[in-house]
Amino acid sequence: MRKAVVDTHVCVACGCCMKVCPRKAITIPKGICAEIDQKLCVGCGLCAKECPASVITLEVCEK
Amino acid sequence: MKQNKKWYDYLWIVSLTYLILGFFNILFAWLGLLCFFIPLIISVTMGSKSYCNKYCGRGQLFALVGGRFGLSRRKDIPKWIKSHYFRYGFLIFFFAMFFLMLWNTYLVFAGSKDLSTVVTLLWTFKLPWHWAYHGTLFSDGVAQFAFGFYSVMFTSTVLGFVTMLLFKPRSWCVYCPMGTMTQLVCRARNGSSPHNT
Repeated sequence: MRKAVVDTHVCVACGCCMKVCPRKAITIPKGICAEIDQKLCVGCGLCAKECPASVITLEVCEK
Repeated sequence: MKQNKKWYDYLWIVSLTYLILGFFNILFAWLGLLCFFIPLIISVTMGSKSYCNKYCGRGQLFALVGGRFGLSRRKDIPKWIKSHYFRYGFLIFFFAMFFLMLWNTYLVFAGSKDLSTVVTLLWTFKLPWHWAYHGTLFSDGVAQFAFGFYSVMFTSTVLGFVTMLLFKPRSWCVYCPMGTMTQLVCRARNGSSPHNT
């Protein structure tokens, strides 16, 4: 299954991903970068598409 | 997709109104200071970027025009724009220009310079804007600040609009000086990793 992964080094913490996530799996803790709850993420890719900096990718993960 | 909209999802109306008011009376430009102070206060006192994340009307405006209305190529932004060098460099440049504007305002306040009723686009092009000036009750400097501040807001909206067309709708967020600054404040306040305390 694929899950969204954030490149935290270049994330601008704008929150666009958080707004589109249908599972509310994304938060911007402490205003630093986006964090995706891997338990909630279903890998739909909406956040990756929305991210203005294109720092979210979908990556295959175990389980 | 139907989502539950909150009151703050309509703040794009405020941003749009602000831009329009500047065409009628430049003194409304002063209200734009809210877009400077609110995000700063939120980041300093609460250590979050909830201004960007929830309340930024400009971001919503770009999301609406570029996203919903489709006026965006939706391409990836070039790597150099999201690099730290460019983001911090742009922040410094933006603030340098901002202080230059404050200096010019001071000169008008002090009476050593005349009020110039122009809006400067992209720090270069002087657009005649005298039709939005109907006098001020106070010093000319009050109006000078309004012209200067509206120039800042207008320029950044135009830049954001261009990158919205070229890249993704909210491309402005990538290099928005306020966003960069509030992120820096949050980093300084909370440590560089979101898990540090």
